[in-house]
Amino acid sequence: MAVKDVSFSVEKGQFVSIVGPSGCGKSTLLSAIAALAKQQKGSISLEGQDISLCREKIGYMFQTDNLLPWRSVYKNVLLGLEVQKKLTEENIDYAQQLLKKYDLWQFKDSYPNRLSGGMRQRVALIRTLSLKPQLLLLDEAFSALDYQTRVKVSGDVYEILRKENKTLVMVTHDIPEAITMSDKVIVLSKRPAVVQKMVDINFGDTRTPAQVRTDPRFQTCFNTIWKELT
Amino acid sequence: MKKKLSPREEYLLAIKRRRIAVLSVQLSIVAAFLFIWELLTRTGSVDPFIFSSPSRIADMFIVMARSDLFYHILITVLETVTGFLIGVILGLLIAVGLWFSPFANSVAAPFLVILNSLPKIALGPVIIVWAGAGAGSIIVMAVAISLIVTVLELSGGFVSTDKKLLITLQSFGADKKQIFTKVVLPYNIPVLFQSLKVNIGLSLVGVIAGEFLVSKAGLGYLIVYAGQVFKMDLVMMSVIILGAIAFVMYWVVNLARQIVEKKINHDT
Repeated sequence: MAVKDVSFSVEKGQFVSIVGPSGCGKSTLLSAIAALAKQQKGSISLEGQDISLCREKIGYMFQTDNLLPWRSVYKNVLLGLEVQKKLTEENIDYAQQLLKKYDLWQFKDSYPNRLSGGMRQRVALIRTLSLKPQLLLLDEAFSALDYQTRVKVSGDVYEILRKENKTLVMVTHDIPEAITMSDKVIVLSKRPAVVQKMVDINFGDTRTPAQVRTDPRFQTCFNTIWKELT
Repeated sequence: MKKKLSPREEYLLAIKRRRIAVLSVQLSIVAAFLFIWELLTRTGSVDPFIFSSPSRIADMFIVMARSDLFYHILITVLETVTGFLIGVILGLLIAVGLWFSPFANSVAAPFLVILNSLPKIALGPVIIVWAGAGAGSIIVMAVAISLIVTVLELSGGFVSTDKKLLITLQSFGADKKQIFTKVVLPYNIPVLFQSLKVNIGLSLVGVIAGEFLVSKAGLGYLIVYAGQVFKMDLVMMSVIILGAIAFVMYWVVNLARQIVEKKINHDT
């Protein structure tokens, strides 16, 4: 059993991070929320509907960008729409707008091997956002990037998701990342994981991850979470 | 004045030079081999009746070319291409079926391993009884030799497809058919062409083995006939032509691979 007695709710538009010791079941929990793994007991619902019926409302981003190397940036972005048979003019137009808005339009005909790690991760995010998910799940989505790129990309992703008014649940083992990107941090215990503590992060919606890092309250939040993990 | 090359031009020139050097050495090895062979037979160090010689093979080629050599070549090529295509298409279909049904894959796994280890030539008499003493048996032999290898190679490739790409498609709600057409198949284009390359040789082996057992024409027939009447020049000539056929077919598959991979920008 990976997780046990884990119960929490996420408000619409809220950003929530899940942290916990290695192997405690964070990613399993996220897979269950995405309806990619079935839970033995309990229930997961999105706006009162069982999660297995809401798959199209959920976007999932992985640790690696998982772009298909034989498809151009543009065709990678349209992949999810193709799969869900939603290649309508409106959706294509929205995907194109996202590419333009986030400075990837000039690379639309490039192949993933021509892009930097940060750009690839942004393409993966746009591919997910093109599906207009209500809930976005990030599974250590920045951990494959080097530190500098990671701080930059996580900041970009934060801003994109706030602008697009999405709800976010992310798994990370990076406490500063959890604090800078979230409204609430859920700390899980060792396997089988239970919710050990929920830490509210009250820095306001308008702050950026970079601003949070320099806020004096950042260290207090860090210490609180760190104490729970050790 | 000599134009100064840019680092990129220098790099490309170095690659070109290396290619020319490799080709030159390869051609030199062949030329040296032919020269020594000819020299040994002319000086009487080896018996040209048993070992033949390049000049005798060339003479034999001219004689046969005026006769029915190209008919025999055509028969062998047609049988090989037919066996090759049937083996590849059938192998691909079976491998796709096994990917779609993990249960069937588990059931088939030990049978495939046993069939792969079985010397198919041992089935020759049975194949002749079943398919008749003609081109049908030869093609069946070629298919029998190449089919299982194709199935095993492609199945292995399909199963080894990057799991992260599969789960990404699953996260979009893709069904099995979509996962196969959008990820598994394009991901395995290099495996498919690798299998085609191996299959050319295997199909040719199957056809020659079939022609040894039952045929009225073809290079295998010529080899058996020439061996029986001790015409070693004809045997050697046929073997060299077989090598040339294998090379041309390999080259065609390689060209097809380059075109397909360029078209889909394969870089896995």
